[in-house]
Amino acid sequence: MEGITKRSKRFLESRAPKLIEDVKTAMIMKGGNTSQTVTQALKDIVSSNITRPFEDSTSLEFFSKKTDSSLFLFGSHNKKRDHMPNDVCVTVSFVLFAGRLFDFHVLDMIELGIEKYVSLSDVKASKCPEGTKPMLVFAGEAFDTDNEHKRLKSLLLDFFRGPTVSAVRLAGLEHVLHFTALDGKIYMRSYRSLLKKSGCRTPRIELEEIGPSCDLVLRRTHLASDDLYKLAHRQPKALKAKKKKNISHDAFGTKFGRVHMQKQDLSKLRTRKMKGLRKRKGNVVAEEQDGQAPKVAKEAEHTE
Amino acid sequence: MAACSVEALLAKAEQEEAEKLKSISVQKELDLEFDIGNLLACDKNRIDLREFREQKKEDFLRSLARDNTQLLINEIWKQPTERVQEAIVVKLPDPATPLPREKPPPKAKPPTKWEQFAKLKGIQKKKKTNLVWDETAKEWKRRWGYKRAKDDTKEWLIEVPETADPNEDQFAKRVKAKTERVAKNEYNRLKNIARAQKGKVPVMGLATSTQQSKEELSLAVSVAKTSTASAGRFQDRLPKEKAPKNMGKKRKFEPLIGDFSNERHKQLELLKLMDGKKPKLDITKAVNKQMREEDREEAAAKYKKRAGKKGRKGGNMSGKGKGKGGKGGKGKGGKAGGGGGGGGGKRRGKPGKH
Repeated sequence: MEGITKRSKRFLESRAPKLIEDVKTAMIMKGGNTSQTVTQALKDIVSSNITRPFEDSTSLEFFSKKTDSSLFLFGSHNKKRDHMPNDVCVTVSFVLFAGRLFDFHVLDMIELGIEKYVSLSDVKASKCPEGTKPMLVFAGEAFDTDNEHKRLKSLLLDFFRGPTVSAVRLAGLEHVLHFTALDGKIYMRSYRSLLKKSGCRTPRIELEEIGPSCDLVLRRTHLASDDLYKLAHRQPKALKAKKKKNISHDAFGTKFGRVHMQKQDLSKLRTRKMKGLRKRKGNVVAEEQDGQAPKVAKEAEHTE
Repeated sequence: MAACSVEALLAKAEQEEAEKLKSISVQKELDLEFDIGNLLACDKNRIDLREFREQKKEDFLRSLARDNTQLLINEIWKQPTERVQEAIVVKLPDPATPLPREKPPPKAKPPTKWEQFAKLKGIQKKKKTNLVWDETAKEWKRRWGYKRAKDDTKEWLIEVPETADPNEDQFAKRVKAKTERVAKNEYNRLKNIARAQKGKVPVMGLATSTQQSKEELSLAVSVAKTSTASAGRFQDRLPKEKAPKNMGKKRKFEPLIGDFSNERHKQLELLKLMDGKKPKLDITKAVNKQMREEDREEAAAKYKKRAGKKGRKGGNMSGKGKGKGGKGGKGKGGKAGGGGGGGGGKRRGKPGKH
């Protein structure tokens, strides 16, 4: 413990497990033989989350500890040689490994083949400012039925959702990322949403395609076992919302409270303030009562 | 006439309303699932493959995206809004989708000695203000730290109390008291830490938790095995585990009443030895031992001198020394001259077995 400075202590504390965690950062890595396309793809897709791209793909877990990141994106470029009788065909495929870590061990890792890729520079449109929290839409039955797709959805959500905020500027809801699971492929498209007048408060949406788009194919997966997955989701007790006692809500949303009173002596209860009824030094209560009664009688006569 | 035009106007107004509503309404078989906290929408509707193939892919995807985004925006607009510095901001609820954490949640630390005591007595923590009013300087100063309000150390005059020795240095006394307090505080802090990490204290000899050698691991296994109520007698052995070498007994004694012939033989041998002319003490052996001992002492002295003079060249010297010492002290396993590493490793050897 000697030689620990305040600075190093702050550093260690920032890396220690916390109650409410910070935004997840992602590591972008290139394999030994990545091509231009893949590099471009990596840069575009997670332009706002890059920590540091690494050239060498040595231990993933080591790098994750170094940079304190729990998400990673690893791009590479496979050349498969099929030896046919006459000639040798080479199929080149671009592959992206997306994954996340829990406690510096791999939790999920999914291999995605990139079939078609359109980069940011290819699309000529005005772009969204970097750092906007995107709206995410997942379409297709597969994201709900197939286990692997469900995990992929959770992983993509982790990657793209950005920091959790309590409020968002209405005019700043510009970026939309749309994932469609269809026909064995996953189509990722990135749009800019334009909010048009619609006559009522809610605007009408028009989309303009921007940004990178790719067609992905789900290949091999290395998913965490159910136990490990459950373990990774364990939230500390301190974060559970505390229920306030004596407050209840009914079906209409009305808030009810309960107030606990001590036993009251109803004989000493005062109702409305009547200056005349205030107890004075002498015993004048009887007089007042008499005074009241004739008044009442008079009124009764009057009406009749 | 008036009625006609009024009707026409109403009809027109209705039509316009319908159009406006149409522009933001989207028809879907199944409602989407929303997680507004994450700005997420999930569309579980079946996508018609035929339509997808007929149209141009991009257009189909784009129109699908537009519909889904419209629904998401509709949901977001239902949330409460407020105005924050010229911008309208919508308040988002907490994210609903459970996502895995980065690291496991931090373990609760056991309470310190003071915290336990405070809990017992019901002492609450009183929040203290950062600044205190200093009368002499007539300004607000920190309660603690640099340029604090009541700084003991800055006093230039200390009254000698009546009970104290007039020759005692009061300033030094103060400084000493402070260092004592600091040391005590540090000691208590370390004790708190040690208590917090109590579960991690290892058994003697098994201290390392990083890479352990085969011998260390097997030692750990044997220790674990014998730490049962029956001292490991009923513990099954693993398939490839070898029976442990004689771990417990360091000496074997003959049973008191056993082999009579053996006992008799031994006793007679002993008498013969006592009676015999041959001296028990092996002179040559003793002399050699003495010489070795002297050599070693010399080498140790030389090494110390050299280490004092030329610290830098100690590496070379220690190499030579190690060779000398290693040869001389192999069996002994004692301190080899200058070869702390080589000799020290064999330090645990049985002394005088020769």
